[in-house]
Amino acid sequence: MGKYILRRLVIALPSLLGISLILFVLLALAPGDPFGELAANTNIPPEVRAALRVKFGIDDPILIRYVRWLVAMLHGDWGFSFSSRINVDQLILQRVPTTLFVVGSSQILALAIALPVGVYAAMRPYSIFDQIANTVAFVGFSLPTFFTGLLLILIFSVNLGWLPFVYRTDIAATGWHWYWENFKQAIMPVAVLGLFQAASYTRYVRSAVLDVIRLDYVTTARSKGLDEGKVIVKHVVRNALIPVVTLVALQMPAVFGGAIVTEQIFRIPGIGSLLITSILANDTPVIMAVTFVFACLVVVFNLLADIIYGWLDPRISYR
Amino acid sequence: MKERELRDLIADVKTGRLSRRTFVQKMIAVGLTAPMAGMMLSQSGVTMAAAEIPYKPTKAGGGGLLKLLYWQAVTLLNPHFAVGTKDQEGSRIFYEPLAGWDNDGNLVPFLAAEIPSKENDGLAEDGLSVVWKLKRGVKWHDGMPFTADDVVFNWEYARTPETAAVSVASYKDIKVEKIDDFAVRVSFAKPTPFWADAFVGAYGMIIPKHLFADYIGGKSRDAPANLKPVGTGPYMFVDFKPGDMVSAKLNPDYHVPNRPHFDTLEIKGGGDAVSAARAVLQTGEYDYGYNMLVEDEILTKLESAGKGRVSIVETGAVEFIMLNTTDPAVEVDGERASLKTKHPLFSDPAVRQALNLLIDRASIEKFIYGRTASATANFLNAPERVRSKNTKLEFNIEKANQILEAAGWKKGADGVRARDGKSLKFVYQTSINAPRQKAQAIVKQACQKAGIEIELKSVVASVFFSSDAANADTYPHFYCDVQMYNTTMTQADPQFFMNQHLSWQAATKENKWQGRNISRWQNKEYDEVYKQAEQELDPVKRAAMFIKLNDLVVADNHILPLVRRPKVTALKSGLTAHISGWDNDLYQIASWYREA
Repeated sequence: MGKYILRRLVIALPSLLGISLILFVLLALAPGDPFGELAANTNIPPEVRAALRVKFGIDDPILIRYVRWLVAMLHGDWGFSFSSRINVDQLILQRVPTTLFVVGSSQILALAIALPVGVYAAMRPYSIFDQIANTVAFVGFSLPTFFTGLLLILIFSVNLGWLPFVYRTDIAATGWHWYWENFKQAIMPVAVLGLFQAASYTRYVRSAVLDVIRLDYVTTARSKGLDEGKVIVKHVVRNALIPVVTLVALQMPAVFGGAIVTEQIFRIPGIGSLLITSILANDTPVIMAVTFVFACLVVVFNLLADIIYGWLDPRISYR
Repeated sequence: MKERELRDLIADVKTGRLSRRTFVQKMIAVGLTAPMAGMMLSQSGVTMAAAEIPYKPTKAGGGGLLKLLYWQAVTLLNPHFAVGTKDQEGSRIFYEPLAGWDNDGNLVPFLAAEIPSKENDGLAEDGLSVVWKLKRGVKWHDGMPFTADDVVFNWEYARTPETAAVSVASYKDIKVEKIDDFAVRVSFAKPTPFWADAFVGAYGMIIPKHLFADYIGGKSRDAPANLKPVGTGPYMFVDFKPGDMVSAKLNPDYHVPNRPHFDTLEIKGGGDAVSAARAVLQTGEYDYGYNMLVEDEILTKLESAGKGRVSIVETGAVEFIMLNTTDPAVEVDGERASLKTKHPLFSDPAVRQALNLLIDRASIEKFIYGRTASATANFLNAPERVRSKNTKLEFNIEKANQILEAAGWKKGADGVRARDGKSLKFVYQTSINAPRQKAQAIVKQACQKAGIEIELKSVVASVFFSSDAANADTYPHFYCDVQMYNTTMTQADPQFFMNQHLSWQAATKENKWQGRNISRWQNKEYDEVYKQAEQELDPVKRAAMFIKLNDLVVADNHILPLVRRPKVTALKSGLTAHISGWDNDLYQIASWYREA
């Protein structure tokens, strides 16, 4: 087991290096520069822009810049944002809580819906409930979040005026009022992300339960005279959830990585919106840091998913 | 418009026959800026009489929370690092310049006790120096007094190249010295007619010496006050999350009595312009929305909800079409559109004249921009046109046809005109932006009727407007026949704006396309007049020269202005904001107020 983890980690290193190199080169080759806005401002002579480029080291050859970035990164220095001139790690840390809260809650919501619905649908396959659940799930993951997001805004903010559609991190209230305001502004984004995720989880849960529910040991349990509830919870769901746990583990990087589109629509200051604004501003250090952290999370959680899988299902062995 | 006429107009303002505002509008119409017009009046003895700003509250505070929405989020709060307007706006809540520009081109004092003039001995006769007297009793938010040392420090800070300040251009060629605690002298290397640049407006905001003195030069990025501003402004810093929000609270020691009106203030950033307009005009969640780059049709629809209104303020921004003077198809010494070539079609003045007649400016205004633009052939036209500007926006397909016919361009079998084997076929490029693509289509349609075939090309804005020397699709490369974009005249003095037609400014491979003359239009007379204008101290003579420069450019039809783009903002009902087209939106934030 220890050996297995070590081997996986050793393999992960070159792949992370490769990822970072590809990211860096792609960003360097992409058109646009962080001082484009200065170019359009006639008040700023071109020399100023040239001096800034030199100061920020943008004009050096790509490989030199990459090595410089890598060495700094290994020392824990993530560089600083060109557009806000503050350290990238600080910028990212400011965004993490919001993303964790919004995307995390949406994952919980998704599971809270998908588990009961999926299990119940699988217990009565092709019943009316199953048909409806299936249809709704299909519609759910066919509708992109930018559509459902705008739809919810239109209904609940514009027409009904119940919920705000601009997410604020500095609500000036204390105690219950603060919680209430935060809850109110999180409803729509969490619903949009959660329902979307719930749709695909439901499908997974249903098929996983269906796979298990027909097995002989379930029939045995039933013939022993155990009541149906016990059979489902103790015998079926426990085994059926193994692949679902893996799936959830693989979704974890997204919880940290944020949801680009939804964050943009609701103006949630999370990692996703940080990434998109940095891309638009050609703020290379921030883009590099966010994407690289995301890559690391993917690698780590993949490993974690594999380990959890083996732990839950002893039939799997590591070699 | 000649110097004589300008003098007559100024005399009319003096005697009161012409209102100050009308004069300023006339000057804007001939391509000058409102601040320049204001300078002309003040140096001719018409004092800068900034209109008293209406302000009803009788005490500071009591206005509650003011919520501002910027769809481009504020990313930093040091005015000397402010790359974009949004960052200047964020800084403007906390910091103030010595003076700012109001909408009529008046200098309005903030940290200055008065505006320098000849009468108060602020301006030297030789144009080599200005004396600014500072307001007394002003305190920084931490209680330290504001003095001349702070002003001198800002000059040192900004002009040091290692500081990497974007405001360096305003400070690098001047000298600033302290006269006493409340007066500074700004000296220029050569006679400078337009003296109100350093310490004025967006790049003139003053940061405190006692907090930044240790962070001049290479360490500039480490100053804690970069993220926690301590200024003299009406609001004090509370919290800042780059790219998300800025929050502030009332400054109880503000140096103007009874201001500001709001107890707290918040700037939220991010998202897109349309939903920002919605949050102000339709749901009323926010009080103010910045830079409403939204089609007028949508704005009108949102306004009908009755929760807010759109405010439109004139600026110097002009959307225009540019015809290449060089040949983008031929490569000379590794560069296309080289100065050594001549455009095969546009070298014929008849073609340029015809194209000018084929631009349906009125339709572009009416069907694309609505209230958010006004058709213009000005910025460069003779005064006759200025006086009756709406009737002279000539759009005449028939006349264009006649001109082309007379010049020998005959229609071929395919309906495209040709002469000496050269067909009238152009490539017309601009950035990707819905109104621009619609404008392209309108021009293309009219040209078709005159036997000109146009191929449309659109480039992603982030590429088109970048300064990437390796990318041939940027606007400075201009590897194309025709292109269209918007040029902003944010700076108060048009001198810098006008250098974009100087021979030696031509964008070439040699200067990595950093030159500002993109059309590569070259004209000896223009160069001469420009050099004279640089030295001319008499503001009226100088203005006449700039108008002359404008005329030279336009008469040649290489630059075809389309529409003037005003500043469009969304305001919630009940809010009184004072927005200037020549300064930041928030320049008068201290005097904003809300009525129940």
